[in-house]
Amino acid sequence: MESLALLFASSLNAGTVLAIASLGLLINEKAGIVNLGAEGMMLCAALAGFATVVHTGSTLAGFAAGMAAGALLAAIFGGLVIWLNTNQYATGLALSLFGAGFSAFAGTRYVQEKLPEQMQFNIPLLGDIPLLGPALFRHHPMVYVCVGIVFGLIWFLYRTRAGLVLRSVGESPESAHALGYPVRRIRLMAVMAGGALCGLAGAYVSTVYTPLWVEGMIAGKGWIALALTTFATWRPARVLLGAYLFGGVTMLQFHLQGIGVDVPSQFLTMMPYLATIVVLVLISRNPTWIRINMPSSIGKPFYPGA
Amino acid sequence: MTDLSKRSLMKLAALTAVASAVLIGCGKKEEAAPAPAPAPAAVEAPKAEPLKIAFAYVGPVGDGGWTFAHDNGRKAVEAEFGDKVVTSFVENVPESADAERVLRDLAGQGNKLIFGTTFGYMEPMLKVAPDFKDVKFEHATGYKTAENLRTYDSRTYEGAYMAGVIAGSMTKTNTLGVVASIPIPEVIRNINSFTLGAQSVNPKIKTKVVWVNGWFDPPKETEAATSLINGGADVLMQNTDSSAVLQTAEKLGKRAFGWDSDMTAYGPKAHLGSAVINWAPYYIKATKDALEGTWTTGGVWWGHKEGAIDMVSIAEDVPAETKAKIDAVKAGLKDGSFAIWKGPIVDQSGKEVLAKDTVADDAFLGGVKFFVKGVEGKVPN
Repeated sequence: MESLALLFASSLNAGTVLAIASLGLLINEKAGIVNLGAEGMMLCAALAGFATVVHTGSTLAGFAAGMAAGALLAAIFGGLVIWLNTNQYATGLALSLFGAGFSAFAGTRYVQEKLPEQMQFNIPLLGDIPLLGPALFRHHPMVYVCVGIVFGLIWFLYRTRAGLVLRSVGESPESAHALGYPVRRIRLMAVMAGGALCGLAGAYVSTVYTPLWVEGMIAGKGWIALALTTFATWRPARVLLGAYLFGGVTMLQFHLQGIGVDVPSQFLTMMPYLATIVVLVLISRNPTWIRINMPSSIGKPFYPGA
Repeated sequence: MTDLSKRSLMKLAALTAVASAVLIGCGKKEEAAPAPAPAPAAVEAPKAEPLKIAFAYVGPVGDGGWTFAHDNGRKAVEAEFGDKVVTSFVENVPESADAERVLRDLAGQGNKLIFGTTFGYMEPMLKVAPDFKDVKFEHATGYKTAENLRTYDSRTYEGAYMAGVIAGSMTKTNTLGVVASIPIPEVIRNINSFTLGAQSVNPKIKTKVVWVNGWFDPPKETEAATSLINGGADVLMQNTDSSAVLQTAEKLGKRAFGWDSDMTAYGPKAHLGSAVINWAPYYIKATKDALEGTWTTGGVWWGHKEGAIDMVSIAEDVPAETKAKIDAVKAGLKDGSFAIWKGPIVDQSGKEVLAKDTVADDAFLGGVKFFVKGVEGKVPN
């Protein structure tokens, strides 16, 4: 039982990285922009965060640096796809490849650096409850912040006027434009907010989750985060659940090996992706599901006055 | 001309301008570099050309483990032979078709002695060696040789055994964990030796194993170490190349070892000792062979006796009797009076694989594909 509680705990931790990045991409996509550059942004942010912590010793400063790096790259991406109307998919892919190469190049001198000792977190009283304590209440604050972001985003998207405008830009930029909303600026802000969240996730990986820097250390988490938005049919709460599920499968492959279950580890590695395809097929069978939730102008360029 | 095509023409022009600027920049650099070179060479004409030596590494030099240890060996060669040699290295060479291209390239650049430092370069090196008869190839941890390709390895299992002795005396849960890389005999042998070492001081030991299917993947190593600790292991060892396992143990308040290089700095509280490989003696010998023309094919397997393996920086809280036991093991390995793989040794099913008082020979050790009793889980095939 104790080990199950710990498996649950490490799944939440692994899922948090995916959830934060995926929520950022969700904001992008709600505004009609698909940013395939998540992996590259996360890598650059991971390096920026790590380097900042090495020099300042402050994890918070590291998070801030990661968010800034993510937002900056997203702004470049936004400038290209929103004003110059370059193809979103091609530009995003280019950003991913650029981010991977650039972070490897710029990060050479940080490969052997180590971070100052980390704090252990334990919520008083709650953390001492048997089973529930280690499963739920001994996490890094970011795990709880992530849940907060989900609720904040639900409130923002569905309960505020700004959220409504953001969604309308993603549904029908022409109508939003006709009503006098600055579609391009709104899209840029959404893209930058998404980049900042991807950056936060990247910095969390390099400063807390695996506290070291090596090239390519995001190891595909950016791509999984992209798949998660579709997996969750663009609903923030489902993104969180999906992220925990993927985190769980990631940890389960090691857990099963540790307790001696005879399943090839390569088989378990492919499980999350198999699950994604199955869910995508199921969702696609029901057209209303997609129609209700998918932003209708996703991936399409917007030409004001066209 | 339409607006659109005018715009794309302009873009094309801009691209061409950028590209030619880059090309010109590169061209200049290349021109500038070789120009001053001939002058000093002309002055000291009689000097023999230095031996060009190249190393291909599987990870980055900064991994703090396996590749770092190899690079220390390379530096030792430079220090030993001075201007008689010129060394270079390529890091992050994957164990794939890319390795063959890199090795071919290194040979083409005029390197006469080439070290490939990971098991996965075996087939690429076999392919490249016949095409460069005047180049000597050295392959670490492999078992296939050719006329100009020989193998070298270190008895890492001796370090694993000593780590096991310490782990067995330090564990409170009697459960050890190993983060394992790829199921080849070397790694399986190390898991077994670690367990045998622990059982020599504590017969109740169980060892859990988690495979990450790679040599250098710190996030995966972290996740694997976390799940071993979740499963009750309180002392970890790894057969992977980074310091991630030690750092995870540090974070979660458990104990672990350094592997390949001294990793004390990565987890000062968790660190129990480092099983290190010192490649310098072999690299110096190989260079000497190549310089003096005494190089012949074959294979060597060096251990503590030859100064290739050691257990260093043992933690202060390790009991004195355990430290004395480590010293005894080291002395025994040195004078040959002690053998780690000496019967009776039984496998997981209880079958005796090595009869009482029989000492395993290198052929036996090279083919270890079973777990000894006390290791949990199956050997992946």
